[in-house]
Amino acid sequence: MPLLQVNDLRTYFHTRNGVVRAVDGVSFNIQKGETLGIVGESGSGKSVTCYSLMGLIPKPPGRIESGQALFDDVDLLHCRDSQLLKIRGKRISMVFQDPMTSLNPYMRIQDQLAEPLLIHEQLERKEAVHRAIRALEEVGVPDAARRIRSYPHEFSGGMRQRVMIAMALITKPELLIADEPTTALDVTVQAQILELIKKMQHELGTAVILISHDLGVVAGFCQRVLVMYAGRIVECAPTERLYYHPKHPYNRALQKSIPALQPKGADLYTIPGLPPDLSKPITGCAFVPRCEFAREICKSPVELTDVEPGHATACLRIQKGELELER
Amino acid sequence: MSEAAPIPITSDLLAEAEQGASLWKDAWLRLRRNRLAVFGGIVIIIMTLFCLIGPWASPYSYEQQDLGLYASAPGARHWFGTDKLGRDQLTRIMYGGRISLSVGICATLVSLTIGVLYGAIGGYVGGKLDIAMMRIVDILYALPFTIFVILLMVFTRELASQFNLGAEWTLYVMFGAIGAVEWLTMARIVRGQVQSLRKQEFIEAAHALGLRKRRIILRHMIPNVLGPVAVYTTLTIPAVMLLEAFLSFLGLGVQPPLSSWGTLIKDGAELMEEFPWLLMFPAAFFSLTLFSLNFLGDGLRDALDVRASKD
Repeated sequence: MPLLQVNDLRTYFHTRNGVVRAVDGVSFNIQKGETLGIVGESGSGKSVTCYSLMGLIPKPPGRIESGQALFDDVDLLHCRDSQLLKIRGKRISMVFQDPMTSLNPYMRIQDQLAEPLLIHEQLERKEAVHRAIRALEEVGVPDAARRIRSYPHEFSGGMRQRVMIAMALITKPELLIADEPTTALDVTVQAQILELIKKMQHELGTAVILISHDLGVVAGFCQRVLVMYAGRIVECAPTERLYYHPKHPYNRALQKSIPALQPKGADLYTIPGLPPDLSKPITGCAFVPRCEFAREICKSPVELTDVEPGHATACLRIQKGELELER
Repeated sequence: MSEAAPIPITSDLLAEAEQGASLWKDAWLRLRRNRLAVFGGIVIIIMTLFCLIGPWASPYSYEQQDLGLYASAPGARHWFGTDKLGRDQLTRIMYGGRISLSVGICATLVSLTIGVLYGAIGGYVGGKLDIAMMRIVDILYALPFTIFVILLMVFTRELASQFNLGAEWTLYVMFGAIGAVEWLTMARIVRGQVQSLRKQEFIEAAHALGLRKRRIILRHMIPNVLGPVAVYTTLTIPAVMLLEAFLSFLGLGVQPPLSSWGTLIKDGAELMEEFPWLLMFPAAFFSLTLFSLNFLGDGLRDALDVRASKD
């Protein structure tokens, strides 16, 4: 049984400009201890998917229209608040994108770190602070016993992200959702933070969902990757297969647009056109207007289907065997 | 990856850490370095003690008349002179200060309570309720407030005289009336703060940690709003005192034989040409207090703004 099973999740935003289908029928699962990557461009629904699972979608304007997210037989999308409070922050926790703004500027690091322990494990304050110091040491903050007394503004960006990771992992959760945890950091710190998440995952056996728009980060980190486009999953495969044997034309186009893989001096490859307007209903494949392989058939509804064991794609022509893509 | 060996956690290490500076202590240190603010704070403390304890030390009461003296100039027996009814000016300034300061504090508390609650509810709940609440504030803003307070005071004075209520009744009404007109800005400040806080990632992070709403409001929202509220409060007190003085100057505020600095200034202004000390002394006390409160408020604003001063 997977740790988390998401079925047909649809999160819509009812805005003045119409209904924005930010997440439109997403299904996936993650096993215990697995590392799953979610990639896609801005606005493809990666973050909204995870925010929906955590119950962090602002309602209104957001609404979860349908779907199920089974975590240990509890449906995260429809359970009572009291149940969600027990899971959130204890068994599933989250690291946010911008460490500069994810810590309360008016609270000491120790109080913020100890907070999950105080509310979820009912520890004594002193005991919680001890644990917090140990957690801070584990994420590589030097002189933790002293620095834990500081306020967030006294920490650098990388250090704050370490604090966030320590805070997320202090209750030893079964699932960690990392929403672009390295986007706001510079490259050297990025590598350290990813190493750290990997190390902590190894020690605690935590499953990790890593959201990123950086294909390189995901390639080096995840066992399995989902590619999202316009609120849907277009491809899902083990990392290596996804990168070396792309099935969906969108995935292939993504791989082709990695600058480092292109010959020096050549014009950079870009995908023509823009992502579709999510406030208009889309039937069939959302990538049709930008796809060089699109045919009339692509406008009919399509499901994410396995074309090889463990490798699923949402391209009808691939599913029918009409199309063979080379990287 | 840091490979530093973990530091053993000893109890004296913790004890040493326990003494680290808190945020308020940090602010206090910064405030102490601001000379104007320190000056303001000291003046306010002295002024408060002077008004509270002074009357006991004074051989005169505020209503005791010595008509033979008429308005005598400052001298050895009456340091600040006497008014035209022969009452000791120094004692009257002490009593007047009590009333002026308590109007300042009480009316500010009234406005603080209404403003913070109103603003926090509007900002936190949001949506249509927030829109409705803020339009009400806008409408109230558009009313000429002095006229509103004057009407209220005239009306309650009529009521008080009909039901034979004491003079201190006008005082209570004044607390309420001034407080009721001063809360608007506070409500706007708090609402704006809460609204921007609600969208901050650390509030989202707190939700993600599984915190309950009440804990989020108490532990994460309120401390973040407290700074601006504290600053605005210290700046409201002088504004309120000024409003009270203005009302008393018009003869609508504190009623004789009670006196506030406002009524003393009014009485003094009438006799300004013959007996300038009757205006000079209360006016000096009043302006000194207002200056000090404003200095303290400004200093507090600089001291409490952690992000501006350290990031």
